[in-house]
Amino acid sequence: MKLVKFTKKGIYCIPGKFYLDPWYPVKYAVISHGHADHARWGNQHYLCQNDSKAILKHRLGKDISIESLGYNQPKNINGVQVCFFPAGHVIGSAQIKLEYKGFVVVFSGDYKTQPDFISTPFEPVKCHEFITESTFGLPIYKWKTEQELQQELQNWVLQNQQNNRTSVFLGYSLGKAQRILKLIEHVDDVFVHSAIHNLNTAISNSGIDIPKSTVITSDFKKENVQRKIVILPPALLGSKLIKKIPNAATAICSGWMHIRGNRRWKGVDAGFAVSDHADWEGLLQAVKATEAEKVYVTHGSQAVFSKYLNEIGIEAHELKTEFGDEEIADKEPQKSATL
Amino acid sequence: MKDFSNLISAIEITNKTNAKIEALVHYFNTAPDKDKLWLIALFTGKRPSRPVKSNLMKEWCMELTKLPEWLFLESYSAVGDLGETLALLLPNPKNTIEKPLHIWVDELINLKQKTDEEKKVYVLQAWNGLEAQERLIFNKLIGGSFRIGVSKKTLVNALAKLSGIDPNQIMHSIIGNWTPNSITFDDLLNGEHINYDKSKPYPFCLAYALEKDLTDLGNENDWQVEYKWDGIRGQIIKRKEEVFIWSRGEELVTQQFPELVAAISKFHNDFVIDGEILAVKDSAVLIFNDLQKRLNRKNVTKKLLEEVPVGFYVYDILELNDEDFRAQSMENRRVKLEQLFKENTTDILKLSEMIDFKNWNELDALRNDARSFNSEGLMLKRKTSIYHVGRKKGDWWKWKVDPLTIDVVMIYAQKGSGRRSSKYTDYTFAVKNQDYLVTVAKAYSGLTDKEITEISKWVNKNAIEKFGPVRTVKPVLVFEIAFEGIAYSKRHKSGVALRFPRIKRWRKDKTVKDIDTIESVKALIEN
Repeated sequence: MKLVKFTKKGIYCIPGKFYLDPWYPVKYAVISHGHADHARWGNQHYLCQNDSKAILKHRLGKDISIESLGYNQPKNINGVQVCFFPAGHVIGSAQIKLEYKGFVVVFSGDYKTQPDFISTPFEPVKCHEFITESTFGLPIYKWKTEQELQQELQNWVLQNQQNNRTSVFLGYSLGKAQRILKLIEHVDDVFVHSAIHNLNTAISNSGIDIPKSTVITSDFKKENVQRKIVILPPALLGSKLIKKIPNAATAICSGWMHIRGNRRWKGVDAGFAVSDHADWEGLLQAVKATEAEKVYVTHGSQAVFSKYLNEIGIEAHELKTEFGDEEIADKEPQKSATL
Repeated sequence: MKDFSNLISAIEITNKTNAKIEALVHYFNTAPDKDKLWLIALFTGKRPSRPVKSNLMKEWCMELTKLPEWLFLESYSAVGDLGETLALLLPNPKNTIEKPLHIWVDELINLKQKTDEEKKVYVLQAWNGLEAQERLIFNKLIGGSFRIGVSKKTLVNALAKLSGIDPNQIMHSIIGNWTPNSITFDDLLNGEHINYDKSKPYPFCLAYALEKDLTDLGNENDWQVEYKWDGIRGQIIKRKEEVFIWSRGEELVTQQFPELVAAISKFHNDFVIDGEILAVKDSAVLIFNDLQKRLNRKNVTKKLLEEVPVGFYVYDILELNDEDFRAQSMENRRVKLEQLFKENTTDILKLSEMIDFKNWNELDALRNDARSFNSEGLMLKRKTSIYHVGRKKGDWWKWKVDPLTIDVVMIYAQKGSGRRSSKYTDYTFAVKNQDYLVTVAKAYSGLTDKEITEISKWVNKNAIEKFGPVRTVKPVLVFEIAFEGIAYSKRHKSGVALRFPRIKRWRKDKTVKDIDTIESVKALIEN
């Protein structure tokens, strides 16, 4: 059965007449999560998970036409049953399950199988066809547990304080920033960039609990920030703001930091492998748990991961998409930067 | 190995040299003597020879992880380092083994004579008893380079801070002939071994590229100007009837240049001189490509000696009859040097010519003419300058001829290693040969991180292959590359070899139609 087809505008549900995370404007877009390469500007109507709603409105405009559903709360669109399941990627991230005449397709969006302290944990969904991401689709990627990361980040901050240095974390404003906030909660005062702050406000206003932080403006007082913690989007590396931070020790938080060479790449002090995507085992477990007959592999190591799946007896195909990788995003989406 | 692993973590988690020095000092204050010696040895490239072939380690890892070879190789090309790839792929350890660094190293030295089966048992046991970072260190102890962001200088500064001994002396002490089993830590620092070591070279004095106007250097009369030569910087040591030749890479290369040894042996006096090893035929300096034929040969044949004779252009004198001259002025050292060469004559060693000039503006023309006799440009040395340790700004400047440039198109891209393993950083470039493209150079520097990121994204989208480290790309991206010299070459398909090619800039304003042809490239040789 052909429930979805892959078009220039994105993944299209044929009987449902809607798109999943389209990269060109369409009439009806079902959105997996709030990252800029998945939730794009210009669609006539949006459907997303409840916790993503505030994020989408914040990033794409208050007056967009948008409705939302909870996890496990199906909706019928032109005879297709659409249902969101937790993807464990960022707040509000969802896998999108499509069911039509007993045939089930699941689009993973971006996902992470290991639980963190902030997003709803990933839930595998049985299906006939599974469309999976593959950002970290190599067996070298093996994440630490959230508790281990917590220990690592907090030790680093404490060490910096002993050396009279200010700890500056660089992480994408949606997802990574909130996760870092949670990982270092209660250690000391935290300052965040306005892009992160505004997003946090939008998320908090929709009733989700985010640890407290203060916004850092360009005229901040050095003595207030000295020895404290600052979280900035990665694009601010090398900016005036970061240079003004007294005695800064910088750290990038991204799955790519798992490799030593990458930790040295950006000229930061430290790199922590905090990833919002599944590691190799996570991807394999997720795929196996779906029991899918056919797997489509998108953005990341699609060639490698699909070849491996075929070798272990799971039919897999590569799929070219326009989805990117916010883990290495050098630029924040313009919309949020100006807000 | 816990304390050594902690040291590596502490070094890796900061960019600040002072913090690294602190971490090293802490280690030197707490670790056992033998461990300290091994740390110095490892960080300065004195490692025991590899006891286990890397192919075997790869095989055992594939066996343990049940990964197919192609996936192992994909992983390797993403990481760019075998020891790290193994450490990342292996399953988590089930035991804990704690042994000091020097025990590990001793065991590995003994492992060399064992059978492959015995080696396997030992390595697998170690892998199963070490956590990820220790495992990486263990793999690095077996083989591969120990690049962890500690330069020799940082290490020396840490040892100087620890002991209060002059850093120059420590540098002198640690680069010479010693092994961790033949010396104590204190004796090494105190330089007990270096008086006995006739071969001991001095650290080279290095120059920075001139970045200001000549007129900012002040009075012309304060400067000694010489030609800069493109060979191998070398130090010739003659002490007590023995001759040693060191290259700048602190390698002993005496055996490679028998004609230099023969000539020096006839000299009177003991001395240490600094100069350039060059291929010289009929009193003319040949290009570096010719000299290259003489390098790293096990046997220097008679034929090769005749084909590419070697000479030594002498720049400086550092020691004469056991007296260290480095604290004397350049001017004084030059007088001593000239004297030495008055007392001893040879065709093979030649004093570096001092350029006679009255005012600064005469020099530019001389510099531009330098390439015509295979010189790289000019060296400017302050007459009052001492012979510094390493690179020091202000007294010595190199002022090279402007590089040659051509426009080329990228045809292959390859991921870098180490720091650059996630990006496509190594490119192969081509020029036009009628309707075809022909490779002229490989280059891997000169772009900003931002440009490399942009190019990597483009390569990912436009590559023809999906697997393996090399990607063939459509000939679209045009670059201007710069290089120091060019010569005909039979080894290269294009018929030319470039010296030190690097990317000057990305020419987004040009297309493949605008690139150079092989004819226009060859025309540069004739000029």
